[in-house]
Amino acid sequence: MLAKIWNGEGFYKMEKKKKKVKVIKIDVEKCNGCRACEVICSAFHANPKYSSNNPGRSRIRVHFDPLRNIYVPVLASHYTPAECAGRNTYILDQVEHDECSFCGASCPSRELFKEPDSSLPLKCDMCEDDPPQEKPLCVQWCIDDALTYEEREEEVEEEVKLDEMEIGLESLVERYGLQKVIDTVVRMSKKS
Amino acid sequence: MRYAETGYNLEIDLSRGNIERVETDPRLTELHLGGLGTNAKILWDRVPPEIEPFSPDNLLIFSTGLLCGTPAPGANRTIVSSFSPQTQLMAYSMMGGFFAPELKYAGYDKVIIRGRSPKLVYLWINNDKVEIRDASHLQGKGALETAELIRQELKEPKAQVAAIGLAGEHKVYFASIEHMMRSASRLGLGAVMGDKGLKAIAVRGTKDINVARPEEFIGLCNEILKYIEWRREKPIKGVPPILATLGSPQEMAVKDENWHTTSFSWGNARQRRPDFWKPEIEKRWEEVQDKSVERLISCYNCPMRCGGIIRHPELDRYMMKCYSKLTYIMAAMADDLAFGFKIVGRAQEYGVDGFTTPQVMAFAVELYEAGILTDQDMPGFPSNNEERFFYLLEKIVRREGIGDVLANGVYWAARQIGKGAEAYDHNTTKRHEQMVIKLGMLNPLYYLMYGTGEKLNITQIEGQIPQAPLPEDVREEFVRDWIQVPRANEKEFKEFILKWEPRGEYAFPFYPPIDVICKLVEWQETMHYIDDVTGVCAGLSSFPIKPPYHINNYPHIISAATGLDIDEAELWKIAKRNRNLVRVNNIRRGLKRKDERPPEDHWKKRFPEYEAKLQDEYYKFKGWNSEGVPTKETLNQLGLDYVGEDLERRGIL
Repeated sequence: MLAKIWNGEGFYKMEKKKKKVKVIKIDVEKCNGCRACEVICSAFHANPKYSSNNPGRSRIRVHFDPLRNIYVPVLASHYTPAECAGRNTYILDQVEHDECSFCGASCPSRELFKEPDSSLPLKCDMCEDDPPQEKPLCVQWCIDDALTYEEREEEVEEEVKLDEMEIGLESLVERYGLQKVIDTVVRMSKKS
Repeated sequence: MRYAETGYNLEIDLSRGNIERVETDPRLTELHLGGLGTNAKILWDRVPPEIEPFSPDNLLIFSTGLLCGTPAPGANRTIVSSFSPQTQLMAYSMMGGFFAPELKYAGYDKVIIRGRSPKLVYLWINNDKVEIRDASHLQGKGALETAELIRQELKEPKAQVAAIGLAGEHKVYFASIEHMMRSASRLGLGAVMGDKGLKAIAVRGTKDINVARPEEFIGLCNEILKYIEWRREKPIKGVPPILATLGSPQEMAVKDENWHTTSFSWGNARQRRPDFWKPEIEKRWEEVQDKSVERLISCYNCPMRCGGIIRHPELDRYMMKCYSKLTYIMAAMADDLAFGFKIVGRAQEYGVDGFTTPQVMAFAVELYEAGILTDQDMPGFPSNNEERFFYLLEKIVRREGIGDVLANGVYWAARQIGKGAEAYDHNTTKRHEQMVIKLGMLNPLYYLMYGTGEKLNITQIEGQIPQAPLPEDVREEFVRDWIQVPRANEKEFKEFILKWEPRGEYAFPFYPPIDVICKLVEWQETMHYIDDVTGVCAGLSSFPIKPPYHINNYPHIISAATGLDIDEAELWKIAKRNRNLVRVNNIRRGLKRKDERPPEDHWKKRFPEYEAKLQDEYYKFKGWNSEGVPTKETLNQLGLDYVGEDLERRGIL
């Protein structure tokens, strides 16, 4: 199957391919709020690996409100420069949840999924590793099975994937404008 | 770079409103590791025995454990230390939850509080920004309510809060410091906090905690998790279900309360009710528990679900764990589990210890029934057991009327009331209420543990071994994979398990030999002292049988986290140093050999001469003189020469 893709300059056609889709299933009923997922996520993504940990850098966070019995692990998804227009709520089992409780976006309306020192957005990468991990680390450390892992095949359009630095730079460009980022990089390279 | 620890303490002077961030000496980590160890050192150095618990010069220390904030599973305990208004001795009570890791991420190993604020305040620690804030609007508020109000006021839902309730504000001698379902409850630390005018500490941190040898450390953490999973499939055979698993007793999940309700004493630690657990009770309690426990919950980075979210129709939601589900019910001789869920919810908001409080109230009820306390002392005292407990709770937390006396705990209240009330104080050791259990034959291990334990809470001294001889057919299997035993004692400890019988030649009190008794007690106690420095929960380590953390893997875990090279001998020595430092803090405050006795009626069958010999031998084994004071030689071996000199100057040594 063929699809039309806009690449910024013109349309080009790309094939749909079978792709392994990695799925983390979140069973909020089973979450005990221990936040082991946050601990191991931030440790795995430390540099060097496991050398430090800090839930503030984790790409999974447990939305946690014990007095309302709300425990929702959320994985960091995309970066967005825009806030949602409204704040919708869901009522599940007679408990009112903010839409934000289920949202993985790194957005201007909250602190979540941003590096604490740089505010750069964080995104779950399913613990890509060499050799590959059997399951993402948050799933491995959730031995109460609130998080489980599945792989399934889906037909998807191939896309050019941005690497981590590009994601970061893109968000800086969104925030400060391309010229300011260029000027800063030039200035920094002169200094060093 | 400092590993596992942050290398900084926060020093807060509430009298002057001064806040300082102080770098700590890495040498102290090598000597004491942290947590309780460095707390005991700070208290020894800075709070001489002349300082009363309710003095501005007394310190209140909130310490993290060395491994808190690292990925070590279950390393989340806050070790709160000070001097107790109830025992007049060193108090160290601990709480799980989320407070200690958050404090580490904020960049601090300890918060050391001195002075007394002229008005009620709370402390807000947000990474490098630390403020003392007005708390006058929080006066009289419940502990959980206070935490919620602070989070809202700071617009910081992720802040972790430890707070006192009304009882702490009124300096009740068994007031607790509450943090969600966890609390540092024993020995009146909440009262010390109240005396300092400190309503709460809120903390938020987003910094890194580093470990020295990452790959090795995470490998060891993975092994711990795997072992926990394995143990889930392998409960210990031949012990009651509540002792067969890991964690603190799984009271929120387990509904079968046969063991607790029929083995422990009811009322003022008086009578057993061997026939209590009847099918109709079982059915009713099961229904109540199913309705009340909404979710099983954990502390930070721990898969054990020791806690529950509790819903009671007359209360806001709250969280509970462990044995307080039963303490009020059994003390009140109430047969209704819903009463337990209701009174714990209220008591937690007031911030009182779920262990001492019901005993004090049962003591008051007994005095009333004996005519020692009258309607004049307790105007309008209800006739119904449950209502009586609510009545007493309200009086105690406000120190109103008779509550002002009862708020000092059984020991002091008995003496203040007089008229023979002292005879009703039958279950305290060192002025603190003990486990409500009355047994037949003297247990020589527990004799020593009740007597010499500095924490005064048996569950924080005992562990590792079954509480009664195993059935013969499971003994071989038990010792086969007993990897937790210290290698030096492997043979004799295994032999003990294999031979130990309920009756006959190999039964208590004269079996095992005294030297093995001493070693078994020291092993149990030492594992707690190690947990109390690392901040690992006793439920994964020193308390249960066959835990994931033990003396054979702990040295590797601590070394990989900190980069210190600590082997088993060195770890044992550090634990011994800390253990002796806690003891000398108490010795210097007047602790004597005669104080080190379990409650007289704890066992029916007593052996005064043998008990004296046990105590003599154990003191010798520990390197203490016949009065229980560590000898100069012992202190010098541990590098505590300065302690020996101080004790000599005071004429104690």
